[in-house]
Amino acid sequence: MSYKILEKREMVPNVHLIKVDAPDVAKAARAGQFIILRIDEEGERIPLTIADYDVEEGSVTIIFQEMGKTTKQLGTLSCSDDLQDFVGPLGHPADVRNLGTVVLVGGGIGIAPIHPQAKAYREAGNRVISIIGARNEGLLILEDEMRARSDELYVATDDGSKGHHGFVTDIVKEILDGDEEEVARIVVIGPPIMMRVAAGVIAPYDVETIVSLNPIMIDGTGMCGGCRVSVGGKTKFACVDGPEFNAKDVDFDLLMSRLSLYRDEEGQALENYNKCCSGSDCKCQ
Amino acid sequence: MPVQDPQERNSNFNEVALGYTEEQAVLEAGRCLECKNPKCMEGCPVNIDIPGFISKIKVRDFDGAIAKIKETNALPAICGRVCPQEEQCEILCILGKKSEPIAIGRLERFCADHERETNVEKRPVAEPSGKTVAVVGAGPAGLTVAADLARVGHSVTIFESLHEAGGVLIYGIPEFRLPKSIVKEEIDFITKLGVDVKVNYVIGRIKTLNELRDEFDAIFIGTGAGLPKFMGIEGENLNGVYSANEFLTRVNLMKAYRFPEYDTPIKPGKRVVVVGGGNVAMDAARCAQRLGADEVTIVYRRGDEELPARREEIEHAKEEGIVFRLLNNPVRIVEGENMTVAGVECIKMELGEPDGSGRRRPVPIEGSEHLIDADIFIVAIGTSPNPIIFTGSEGLERSEWGTIVVNEDGMTSIEGVCAGGDVVTGAATVISAMGAGKLAAETINTYLMDN
Ligand SMILES: Cc1cc2nc3c(=O)[nH]c(=O)nc-3n(C[C@H](O)[C@H](O)[C@H](O)COP(=O)(O)OP(=O)(O)OC[C@H]3O[C@@H](n4cnc5c(N)ncnc54)[C@H](O)[C@@H]3O)c2cc1C
Ligand SMILES: Cc1cc2nc3c(=O)[nH]c(=O)nc-3n(C[C@H](O)[C@H](O)[C@H](O)COP(=O)(O)OP(=O)(O)OC[C@H]3O[C@@H](n4cnc5c(N)ncnc54)[C@H](O)[C@@H]3O)c2cc1C
Ligand code: FES
Repeated sequence: MSYKILEKREMVPNVHLIKVDAPDVAKAARAGQFIILRIDEEGERIPLTIADYDVEEGSVTIIFQEMGKTTKQLGTLSCSDDLQDFVGPLGHPADVRNLGTVVLVGGGIGIAPIHPQAKAYREAGNRVISIIGARNEGLLILEDEMRARSDELYVATDDGSKGHHGFVTDIVKEILDGDEEEVARIVVIGPPIMMRVAAGVIAPYDVETIVSLNPIMIDGTGMCGGCRVSVGGKTKFACVDGPEFNAKDVDFDLLMSRLSLYRDEEGQALENYNKCCSGSDCKCQ
Repeated sequence: MPVQDPQERNSNFNEVALGYTEEQAVLEAGRCLECKNPKCMEGCPVNIDIPGFISKIKVRDFDGAIAKIKETNALPAICGRVCPQEEQCEILCILGKKSEPIAIGRLERFCADHERETNVEKRPVAEPSGKTVAVVGAGPAGLTVAADLARVGHSVTIFESLHEAGGVLIYGIPEFRLPKSIVKEEIDFITKLGVDVKVNYVIGRIKTLNELRDEFDAIFIGTGAGLPKFMGIEGENLNGVYSANEFLTRVNLMKAYRFPEYDTPIKPGKRVVVVGGGNVAMDAARCAQRLGADEVTIVYRRGDEELPARREEIEHAKEEGIVFRLLNNPVRIVEGENMTVAGVECIKMELGEPDGSGRRRPVPIEGSEHLIDADIFIVAIGTSPNPIIFTGSEGLERSEWGTIVVNEDGMTSIEGVCAGGDVVTGAATVISAMGAGKLAAETINTYLMDN
């Protein structure tokens, strides 16, 4: 099978948006779910969150950050190129219900997966307060889209180039400390370290907090167990039991440790790729 | 049968058993007595006319021989390689009473390989019936159902969740035991019958069983038993602990043994411990050996006689230098630096009274704990049906073990929906999955013709 790329653009340096022709996936997709793709025969299967889907057009949009070999190679593809495999939707949809006020927090590339949730929570009747953050203004994605989908939007940057100077968690804390909002749920998606910090910051307030976990996956259907995470002392397979879990129960140290398992091999793959692609007879592009 | 030298093969992924030459096949076939009441056939779950095909080999009618086999078995090149013949057909062979039984599996393999090499015509398909059938899962059970129903003219679509068809044959059983090119050719044969294979379709996610029921006239579920079991011991989430499914999927489906040419990595390990005694454990151990481990140890809680793997695989594993620590069971995985595996603590076992299955139950010997050095630990203690198919399958009856309940014709609690293979029996064999597929195909055909 092959899946055509309908649209491709670089949103900010090293972050790309790709819209893929996958009508059956679009029809079944819900906020919170992900897909797994493989670029070509030699490729690795990598999971990416569904950032948007359009049933009429039959398309699914993914947004990804260049991290290593596969995401870098994916970044070089262009409109009308094909992906060899594209399977989804995988994982449970986000548990979107009318709860009252919901705070959505997206850090860095984590804004991409938060973005369909803003729409879904709002459509379910919630008041949606979104907080998005990046290292600096130049790396911030989806600001306009998030503004349109939220009742209120806060921006934070590490260097203060836009919005609050500091972390997204500072704003979460401010909202929880204030008495204007009765927050029913907080959803935090971003790098594991950020989700761990957020879980710690929110813990004293006793507000339900959901995170979306990103362990290394292969099949995404529960058959390998490579994606196991520890939640409330129990082993769960993130691809089928999640990817969303209650933040207070998650063992983030284990998650981060397991994510680093193939660091050497990833380095080697990227080095080979860079070497090959700087040569004149590059086959990769 | 000629094999690759153990010292050479334990560092490559090429096929171990090389197969008969024409001369060897004719010679072996010549020993067949062509019994009037062939006992061997009673042991074959798909009822191959064994003396029938062997008699054709005797007279060098190899095309006739394979045609005979393919009357009842769509995947002979695979069955010839992976069936436990020693427990099925060959054990019943009269010659076996006095000397060696006829090597039925090897002859079956020879016929299939000969056909592939010489490319004989495929047999014709019946007129289209206008009926549609969805098959969920492209393992041996699903492929058999698809072939049988396509042959009688039904329009069959297979939905497979992985990016390649074949089930365990593709992701589990390694290249050196079952070359993937062979599996692909057998699947080509099935697509040539007109079967549409849709990969990357996870039923329960992209579509539910209930939705398929509305779209198709009948359904077969052959989703296997792909959910890995872990032992529930301390340290099982450490870096370096793999389920056999993950280890084998990385190696076989994703070709991690060819990293970095292929992108998927694997931790090969220096000292690898595999727990389990079935084909899965043998395959994982032999893969680890080929990836370059210094020492690979199989830990199994019963004795040599009880090892459930095919005898040939156990022998091959021993020849290749795999260490067997029998009557031993892991109780804890020892943590090293940075959440990695440093070793496996095992306890010695002895065999007690027979349990419900008639096998003697292993009991731990108190105080016999000891440590085995290891950096990779692979869990191969079994699998159960993957529940993902059950999302949106209201009305489908399941047992307490998560397997699908079927009647004696292979029909589930939903009319027009059959099931078979590992998803019904729990982890079993290729040929039993195919046997269940044959039965289900007959049931579905009757159902379609009656409705
Ligand atoms: C459910 C889920 C949803 C995700 N959604 C997004 C998203 O929307 N946008 C986005 O940019 N990223 C997302 N990721 C992360 C993305 O999958 C990884 O960045 C990508 O696999 C890296 O591959 P690589 O070859 O480019 O980098 P590598 O150099 O191979 O790895 C870089 C890092 O990514 C992680 N990683 C590597 N391989 C995998 C794998 N097969 N599965 C998961 N993680 C892996 C490792 O921790 C590694 O340290 C998601 C991950 C999961 C599990
Ligand atoms: C490593 C290993 C070695 C083995 N060695 C031998 C041997 O030597 N001899 C022998 O006889 N047997 C052996 N077996 C057992 C044998 O392979 C199985 O019994 C047999 O493959 C079962 O066939 P099946 O069609 O029921 O399921 P499977 O082969 O498991 O196929 C099921 C298929 O369904 C797909 N699927 C699952 N869920 C879904 C879904 N929701 N939607 C779509 N598709 C889905 C899976 O991806 C898979 O492709 C071995 C098994 C393993 C794991
Ligand atoms: S990715 Fe294989 S079980 Fe989750």
